Amino acid sequence: MEREAMEFDVVIVGGGPSGLACAIRLRQLAAEQGRELSVCVLEKGSEVGAHILSGAVLEPRALNELMPDWKEKGAPLNTPVTDDRFLFLTETRAVRLPTPPTMHNHGNYIVSLGNVCRWLAQQAEAAGVDIYPGFAASEVLYHEDGSVKGVATGDMGRAKDGSEGPNFAPGMELHAKQTVFAEGCRGSLTKTLFERFRLRDGVEPQVYGLGIKELWEVQPDRHHLGRVTHTVGWPMDTATYGGSFCYHLEDNLVVIGFVVGLNYTNPYLSPFEEMQRFKTHPAIRDTFEGARRVSYGARAISAGGFQSIPKMTFPGGLLIGDTAGLLNVPKIKGSHTAMKSGMTAAEAIFELLRAEDEPGKEAVDYPHRLKNTWLWDELYRVRNIKPSFHWGLWPAMAYSALDSYVFRGKAPWTLHHHPDHESLKPAAQCKEIVYPKPDGVLTFDRLSSVFLSNTNHEEDQPCHLTLKDDTVPTRLNLAVYAGPEQRYCPAGVYEFVTEAGEQKLRINAQNCVHCKTCDIKDPSQNINWVTPEGGGGPNYPNM
Amino acid sequence: MKILVAVKRAIDYNVKARPKSDGSGVDLANVKMSMNPFDEIAVEEAIRLQEAGKAGEIVAVSVGPAACQETLRTAMAMGADRGILVQTDDEVQPLAVAKLLKALVDKEQPGLVILGKQAIDDDSNQTGQMLAGLLGWGQGTFAAKVEIGDGTASVKREVDGGIQTLTVKLPLVVTADLRLNEPRYVKLPNIMKAKKKPLDTVTPADLGVDITPRIKLVKVSEPPARAGGVKVADVNELVAKLRNEAKVI
Repeated sequence: MEREAMEFDVVIVGGGPSGLACAIRLRQLAAEQGRELSVCVLEKGSEVGAHILSGAVLEPRALNELMPDWKEKGAPLNTPVTDDRFLFLTETRAVRLPTPPTMHNHGNYIVSLGNVCRWLAQQAEAAGVDIYPGFAASEVLYHEDGSVKGVATGDMGRAKDGSEGPNFAPGMELHAKQTVFAEGCRGSLTKTLFERFRLRDGVEPQVYGLGIKELWEVQPDRHHLGRVTHTVGWPMDTATYGGSFCYHLEDNLVVIGFVVGLNYTNPYLSPFEEMQRFKTHPAIRDTFEGARRVSYGARAISAGGFQSIPKMTFPGGLLIGDTAGLLNVPKIKGSHTAMKSGMTAAEAIFELLRAEDEPGKEAVDYPHRLKNTWLWDELYRVRNIKPSFHWGLWPAMAYSALDSYVFRGKAPWTLHHHPDHESLKPAAQCKEIVYPKPDGVLTFDRLSSVFLSNTNHEEDQPCHLTLKDDTVPTRLNLAVYAGPEQRYCPAGVYEFVTEAGEQKLRINAQNCVHCKTCDIKDPSQNINWVTPEGGGGPNYPNM
Repeated sequence: MKILVAVKRAIDYNVKARPKSDGSGVDLANVKMSMNPFDEIAVEEAIRLQEAGKAGEIVAVSVGPAACQETLRTAMAMGADRGILVQTDDEVQPLAVAKLLKALVDKEQPGLVILGKQAIDDDSNQTGQMLAGLLGWGQGTFAAKVEIGDGTASVKREVDGGIQTLTVKLPLVVTADLRLNEPRYVKLPNIMKAKKKPLDTVTPADLGVDITPRIKLVKVSEPPARAGGVKVADVNELVAKLRNEAKVI
């Protein structure tokens, strides 16, 4: 099929902190040196920020470098962190622990990363970047020599059965000299690049966490502007990696979130219900007395750290931000590193195009430049913290203290990871977990939660949660693992229903919040998440 | 024949509207906004008339803050030829919008004005009718089909129990109902082209229109929570409950 094509110097896939920082830096360099450089950002959300979900405590280091005058330009960094707490929870008690050095937040800001991205998008547009929200890059395009030529946006108006509907509009090809993949954690195109260019050879597998977040408007007397609380312990058992975050930001808003390591072993575990149960802890629930829940969402994050960073360049393109796994896990922060990688990539691309202004070249200088920045050193020093949790909470805490205080991150060894999809034990070997029923005030069910994510997908389109083998859900997942997808999915997409006496998997793709957990955790990697029609997915406000 | 299409920037139809905690309005801070879906249908109809050779230039108009430029750019990316923003940060109620549109109609002299039948934020369903009244033009509201003839137009409307067909003299005001058409997807190159199409900005004062609100908003609140259902044992209990508790019989 013939598709129309547009030409750019640089095409960036994804309008998050890394992609936008990259776009802005490219235009800054072009302006400084008086060069013409066309930069285009594609964003699958209906607007920039619609799919952004993060804690978030933002470390402004990269932003200071990108735009030192961000305050004058009205960046929505309004709430400096004033109070850092770190708690260990048992079922009924909370013990305050010394805040680990990686989690000190002096000088950082509590923000809505979605709003920061909305603001970055305005800055980018003012700098001459073309941003196209509502268009999903669904396919990588290649030159005959195998180098990346660009991407194609998905078709619009295809019916469920794949046929062309009355308003069918074919996708567009976007060709670029360099294509930057900034898809965020577990990018669907990045996944294909990993395979095609063997980018993960010789590095540890990537591992992930699933973060579930709610935004609440609380009573003014329960609100402590600038307070940051993190917890470990209950409701996770000591063998399961997980913890919570709770931040008090402006306008009486409080975010509460829970992250569960996706290497959990019991298929009965439900991250969503753990999060709901967590809110009932006596040390937590007080904040939400008389409050109302405003928004809900979920997103996977990369947790592999330094040893899981893939090769980041290939002919015609490169990876930045969390799609490359550049998140600082013990800090639970990735937006400063995402931005820094985007800016560094921009500098490498700019130099490359200045020397060889043609498509299909490899920006080999990018990783070298990155290694000489604070980002690399920062990720290297904390590389052993997350994997040590494989030993359980207490040994990991002890090891982390040793690693941070004695070795200062320079221990002469590096710990290993195991892929998350291999960690589930057969249901027969595990204890079923009975979760309390939601009360509709503090705790909720999945559907009323997904409702608050404002997610929607055009109903009549091919399902974007594809199965490689559609017998696997019943034959393997249900039979052996008691259907874990109905529990790990935070949006109620997967449901086992009985039809004509047989159990079948039903996929409610319309509910999907694009967190990518199914693509990560499905035991036989049978689920492949692909982009739905552009503009579909959540519409997060202030997340 | 020139067509004027009015487009409103409204809360996106996917977003769950939430009243502000002080009840002074709906919380729109950082909420996704987009073109009112009925106005999208209006724009689509104008483009289809143009493509069918029934219309010349299409002028999209919006009233509101600077951010409405985005909405006009969307209309132009769909196919409108140029845009006019009547820029104001003040509240504008349907009567004020109708007066502003009338002033623009006087200036632009279109043969047809198409609007959405109502905006999904305030559901007023007044602007089109008021505009027709102010202009002294005919109106075809809730249009499900529009055919332009020689000096007249035929407008089909879905009414209770069937389809009503009106023949109305041009110039005319049409308000678009849901089934008039299905708006097209905006194409990437057209978004780029739309950035270069002319967009004029005027103020209500330029048009000599007083937009002072005539209606006072008292309070915006959430609908009461739905009480759970109960199971009744028999008809007698049902009747008793309907009579004594629900008080409906």
